[in-house]
Amino acid sequence: MVTLLYFASLRERLGCSREQVPLPGAAATVSSLIEQLRDRDARWSEAFAPGQRWRVAVNQRMADLATPVKPGDEIAFFPPVTGG
Amino acid sequence: MPIVRVQEADFDAGRELEALTRGRTDVGALASFVGLVRGANGGRAVGGMTLEHYPGMTEAALADICAQALARWNILDALVIHRVGRLSPGDRIVLVGVTSAHRGEAFEACEFIMDYLKTRAPFWKKESTPEGEHWIEARESDDLAANRWKG
Repeated sequence: MVTLLYFASLRERLGCSREQVPLPGAAATVSSLIEQLRDRDARWSEAFAPGQRWRVAVNQRMADLATPVKPGDEIAFFPPVTGG
Repeated sequence: MPIVRVQEADFDAGRELEALTRGRTDVGALASFVGLVRGANGGRAVGGMTLEHYPGMTEAALADICAQALARWNILDALVIHRVGRLSPGDRIVLVGVTSAHRGEAFEACEFIMDYLKTRAPFWKKESTPEGEHWIEARESDDLAANRWKG
């Protein structure tokens, strides 16, 4: 299992701030995890459709589609940041 | 050792910056930046905003940005205080302070920290306007400002 976190507009769009999900098999990556989320329903497939602007962090470090994920990881999805 | 704080409460910029130089005689320059909430954005009135962040990662990201500044410039110390929660026009949002022996390094490092904070620290602003609330979109100009420090 991994913990998924969603922030800001993405959290509101998905109606979810935190959940636990099983990993999509061995040698999972952010990319394969997203494929799994897209398969849920239209809301998820649209939020993570190609061209949508979102960012991902694995264990609180900025990551990308190729970043490996392993059991126990904390994976956060969010829109481009707007602090300062 | 950089100081990084994320808090709902306001800060006293004068007192925080004074603490950066207290008891030291090696500081010849102190550069600082204070960001404030504007009461209008793109011609629309803004009644206030709510700042959300990613607890844990935010502090780590700010500490990493300060560490990069310390590695890159000959500066003595860095401070970042960033507020979260509900803020009104005129409220302070962020304070950055950098000390060094000479002004050039402090000016540059201060600007670098702000440019990287705006594109790498996990904060999100939701603006309240007469038409309702909406999330602020990231601006390309902020990416360009951050990219000039590469290489």
